[in-house]
Amino acid sequence: MNVLEGKSVFSGIAIGKISILQKVDTSVKRVHIEDVEAETARVEQAKDTAVAQLQKLYEKAVQEVGESGAAIFEVHQMMLDDEDYLDSIRNIIHTESVNAEYAVATTGDNFATMFAEMDDDYMKARAADVKDISDRLVRVLSGSGDGDLEASEPVIVVAEDLAPSETVQMDKSKVLAFVTRKGSSNSHTAILARTMNIPALINIEYDDSMNGKMAIVDGKGGRLIIDSDAETLKKFEDMKEEEQRQRAMLKELKGKATETKSGHKLHLYANIGSLSDVASVLTNDAEGIGLFRSEFIYLEKDNYPTEEEQFQIYKTVAQNMAGKKVIIRTLDIGADKQIDYFQMAHEENPAMGYRAIRICLDRPEVFKTQLRALFRASVFGNISIMYPMIISVTEVKQIKAIVEEVKKELTEQGIPFKEDVEQGVMIETPAAVMISDLLAKEVDFFSIGTNDLTQYTLAIDRQNAKLDNIYDSHHEAVLRMIQMVVENAHKEGIWAGICGELGADTTLTERFVKMGVDELSVSPTFVLPVRKIVREMN
Amino acid sequence: MVSFNYVIKDELGIHARPAGLLVKEAGKLGSKIMICKGEKKGDAKKIFGIMGLAVKQNDEITVTVEGDTEEADAEVIKNFLENNL
Repeated sequence: MNVLEGKSVFSGIAIGKISILQKVDTSVKRVHIEDVEAETARVEQAKDTAVAQLQKLYEKAVQEVGESGAAIFEVHQMMLDDEDYLDSIRNIIHTESVNAEYAVATTGDNFATMFAEMDDDYMKARAADVKDISDRLVRVLSGSGDGDLEASEPVIVVAEDLAPSETVQMDKSKVLAFVTRKGSSNSHTAILARTMNIPALINIEYDDSMNGKMAIVDGKGGRLIIDSDAETLKKFEDMKEEEQRQRAMLKELKGKATETKSGHKLHLYANIGSLSDVASVLTNDAEGIGLFRSEFIYLEKDNYPTEEEQFQIYKTVAQNMAGKKVIIRTLDIGADKQIDYFQMAHEENPAMGYRAIRICLDRPEVFKTQLRALFRASVFGNISIMYPMIISVTEVKQIKAIVEEVKKELTEQGIPFKEDVEQGVMIETPAAVMISDLLAKEVDFFSIGTNDLTQYTLAIDRQNAKLDNIYDSHHEAVLRMIQMVVENAHKEGIWAGICGELGADTTLTERFVKMGVDELSVSPTFVLPVRKIVREMN
Repeated sequence: MVSFNYVIKDELGIHARPAGLLVKEAGKLGSKIMICKGEKKGDAKKIFGIMGLAVKQNDEITVTVEGDTEEADAEVIKNFLENNL
């Protein structure tokens, strides 16, 4: 088995034969020309042909990827029509008495260099566009072909690099995936691959001997696997099947409301652990983020993350979710998540120890940094704040006092924030359940963390394999607690949701809806399965 | 001559697609339209002229419009920028 590591630009999986695309040689010779006028006229003619070709590609692309994906071919036409570009070509022909092909190639190189030298990744990638149109013009001038894909069966297309025109030109029914040595995730080919749902990898160091071999494109791991063993092949076949199932479901359920046949609506959000998960929230069509575990920001660093670092992350998530709800849980470390620089003492029983809100209230300076970042980010979207591991009303009152201090400071400093940011608590201790009627008077919402609630209620350590046979996640005690929390929430006119693993358990979805649970927040991949169940309910 | 300033809000700056749209829009107008970013200057009717400026998010550009219909044309460009960039 041969595994080549690269970078994924689209996370799909493909299995099939490799077809290495050989570039048409567009290298040109410099030839001395007597009749410069005739040579200039050739350029004019070739340009018109090239523009007409691009217009056809544009029309094909509109069909395949829509107006915005196709726009690049309009831009390419403009580039060919650009006076500066054409002037440069004419100028080289006239002053150096050289052939049109040479003048086009030189101009192309010069313009590409201009883009390549810009200090912006997006603009750097535009050098490829200039090369693409110049190569096209040279091909028209020299009468060579287009370098189209010739394959009798669907293949994994492997190439040095792929110009957007090449990508669109290919017969998509013959393409399983794109794999290139060069390219960037900003290249148009990458963008087109994503729009067309075609798995794509870049930075793969292939060699020509691989042509015709069976391979797996692992778009999740960013790898190309050649001559895989039977076990690996089976694994990826299963993943591919799952992916297809997911895609079919997406087609059926995307944009549909999460409501029962009788019209009872449920908010269906997703849980995330880092910024990079936002893409998966959007592709799985979650209606918001119900739990953003902010501790990853702390876990990834070797010192306390600054207010500014946190602000940028919260702001980005809020902006990417474009007005949809983003519930951010404040720092929840301790127990099974330890961070060196917090220098916490060893504990006999960390699950019941110094963790989550207990640390924040004990170290208000750490807490305030996070709250400032959250409130500052609140003006960029629809952020809610959620506090973990609550056991008493006193804690909520202490939190509120700190929040007031933070707001006062921000006001004094003239920093904008949203005054009425929604604030809620996690219900994950039996204590919080029993006093949920009192807590409901203090906060805007409840989110039930079923993992901890189950372990504290049943007094079973989730990590203890010996107890697996008596750990019952459907224990009636836990379900009754959920019922009680929902009722107490509704009495005070606030909403209650579930963000623990139980929320994604489709065998319980119907029961939760009947209990009156207002929101479920699940891993992104569970969003659609849960929506499907709800929509099938009466 | 009419001129005005504009700060780019689009995350990618004036990237290929809006640059193309801008060229199209400017091409319909009679005035001479120039875009300046710092020392650099580009003709709004030429795609390389605009993309060569490498205008990024939060960059301030100055647009100058010169011609018989400069007032109205400046308005068109201003609207275009506000809606697209």
